[in-house]
Amino acid sequence: MSYSTAEIWFLIIGLGVGTFLLRFSFLGLIGSRELPVFFQRMLRYTAVAVLPGIVAPLVLWPAAAGGELEPARLIAAVVTGALGWYLRNMLLAIVGGAVTFFLLQAFVFG
Amino acid sequence: MQAEQNTSGSAGDGPSVRRAFLRGVLISSPFLLVIVPFAMLFGVLATEAGMDLLTVMAFTVAVFAGSSQLTALQLMQDNAPAAVILATSLAVNLRMSMYSAALTPWLGRLSLWSRAWVAFLLVDQSYAASVAEYERNPKMSNAERLAYFFGTVVLVAPFWYLATGVGAILGAQIPPELALDFAMPLSFIALTAPMLRTIPHLVAAFTSVTLALTLTWLPWSSGILVAAITAMLAGAFTEMALEKRA
Repeated sequence: MSYSTAEIWFLIIGLGVGTFLLRFSFLGLIGSRELPVFFQRMLRYTAVAVLPGIVAPLVLWPAAAGGELEPARLIAAVVTGALGWYLRNMLLAIVGGAVTFFLLQAFVFG
Repeated sequence: MQAEQNTSGSAGDGPSVRRAFLRGVLISSPFLLVIVPFAMLFGVLATEAGMDLLTVMAFTVAVFAGSSQLTALQLMQDNAPAAVILATSLAVNLRMSMYSAALTPWLGRLSLWSRAWVAFLLVDQSYAASVAEYERNPKMSNAERLAYFFGTVVLVAPFWYLATGVGAILGAQIPPELALDFAMPLSFIALTAPMLRTIPHLVAAFTSVTLALTLTWLPWSSGILVAAITAMLAGAFTEMALEKRA
């Protein structure tokens, strides 16, 4: 890394302000005005359209495993998803997934 | 302040607002299991990259968005130009503007000041937990919605900051077997799995995963953005098709 202190602070402030503006965009500008109906329909799928796409490469090609498929992560991810789906309980899904991962890592793929 | 005046009419408001806040706190508490390791990971890597504690903390407080913080760090280690670092890390956060849009029908009537605070504290977890609650209880007042939202971050934010600091101080003493990086995918899966209840939701999720995995060749990590927008469209069109058939 070869950045001056000034450059690092420029990055921190730029990233902080930029991220805030992205978060404030619609909340700040649109406020109580009505959004178009089709747009509202799309927005219902925001979470399920964004998060699975972020997760998939992280599970299949984790950087911590050198970008290679790691069975412990894959199986733990599937267990987390199945628990979350059946039980609709985030806490149990997270705990179940983490326990699965550490058990597999310690005793099966270790 | 308009929003507060609009909703302060009924006498039962005080306790119901407090209950909404507590419900938010309760629903978000499992997130701490993943927020803490993920924030620690950022602290560790930022320290290894040569930042002092003050810089690490300023970074994490000002940005408060883990995946973009890690992206910036990664690019800094590759000695990328500052403009590229800013553009790429902000692209990672573009989904926040979609969250902002998705929250607007529910929180748009709040005062500008309240909306600014919501924006500052808008993360994947607070967004997803809040919208799920608003859809379950469409009759919530504006004050209850705001209280619920703040409830979902009142633990997450301080623990995020605190754990970043712990990671920065402990640094390389944390063994890699803890797999701190796995915390984020784990929390996102636990967050979305319960939402996959309808066909349009399943279609959107499937589209998102398929495109995200096949569009990794697009420059500046823009594949995920294309995947997300296409998946939202796929969800909306499936919903319309099913409505027509019914």
